[in-house]
Amino acid sequence: MIAMIRPLLLALALAWAGNALAIDTERAFEDPVLQQRYESINRELRCLVCQNQTIADSNATLAADLRREVREMIAAGKTDDEIREFMIERYGDFVLYRPRMTATNFLLWAAPVLLLLGGAFAVVRVVRRRAAETDTDPAGPEAGES
Amino acid sequence: MWKFIVPFGLCLALGAFLYVGLQRDPTYVPSPLIGKQAPEFTLPSLQDAAYSVSTKELLGQPWVLNVWGTWCGGCREEHNVLLAIAKQNAVPLIGLNWKDDNAAAQQWLAQLGNPYAVVAEDREGRVAIDWGVYGAPETFLVGPDGTVLYKHIAPMTMEAWTREFLPRIEAARGAAGSKS
Repeated sequence: MIAMIRPLLLALALAWAGNALAIDTERAFEDPVLQQRYESINRELRCLVCQNQTIADSNATLAADLRREVREMIAAGKTDDEIREFMIERYGDFVLYRPRMTATNFLLWAAPVLLLLGGAFAVVRVVRRRAAETDTDPAGPEAGES
Repeated sequence: MWKFIVPFGLCLALGAFLYVGLQRDPTYVPSPLIGKQAPEFTLPSLQDAAYSVSTKELLGQPWVLNVWGTWCGGCREEHNVLLAIAKQNAVPLIGLNWKDDNAAAQQWLAQLGNPYAVVAEDREGRVAIDWGVYGAPETFLVGPDGTVLYKHIAPMTMEAWTREFLPRIEAARGAAGSKS
């Protein structure tokens, strides 16, 4: 029995081990709710030095400084939106890992819908043309059916 | 015929976009501060903590803020260019010493020469965050009315100075002169 669950236990232990690699090891807040907010905001902000990491993942000095700013703003009672706004004012939309829709990137946001509409339009045209072709072909197997 | 020309044209256009994309610097992040009021600060002077450096005192003239640190390789690279720029006496060159060791920074200036009119010491990096600094060296041009006119992110070069900074400084002086 034990032998059977051993690999499972190992997998569990390894999954847990990821926490040991966390960069920001010290708890910022005693209050679990504030700590939760602190962590989730950090995971949404880009570290501008090492651009594919969030400030929660990065041990760059700038990331540490930005975490300090986030911590102080939460402690000062700022809302999540106010903290995001603070970062955008300084570093631009690029600092957000979840980008907002703006005038400049509107086309990008609309692209899936536009492509779907374009595809639908093409499909309808092709289907109509094929239907018309079979309709006008008296020798076709479906002649007279429609 | 069009069945071949249109997809081929689209592929060419896509290729052109991707090719241009290859030439661009992916680490360059445009500053949202351009055209906005420069963040104010009052910081102690690097050389004399009793003396403070304030952005308010610089209003009424174009000036340049150069963010540097002794830990920054690009800053050493651009230092001679800064010295040459300072010799031109075009604008006051203000240094922002970012998260540095005071003694090391002073030694740097003593050894390599001091291009700055004055150096503000940002030990905690808060002013740098206000200015959206993410990688030294960075150089800002601020207009006489306190708006940020331009930001150069990389070691300063004489080409960048003559091409991007000088014309803007001329224009800013012209505009300020005609108003008064």
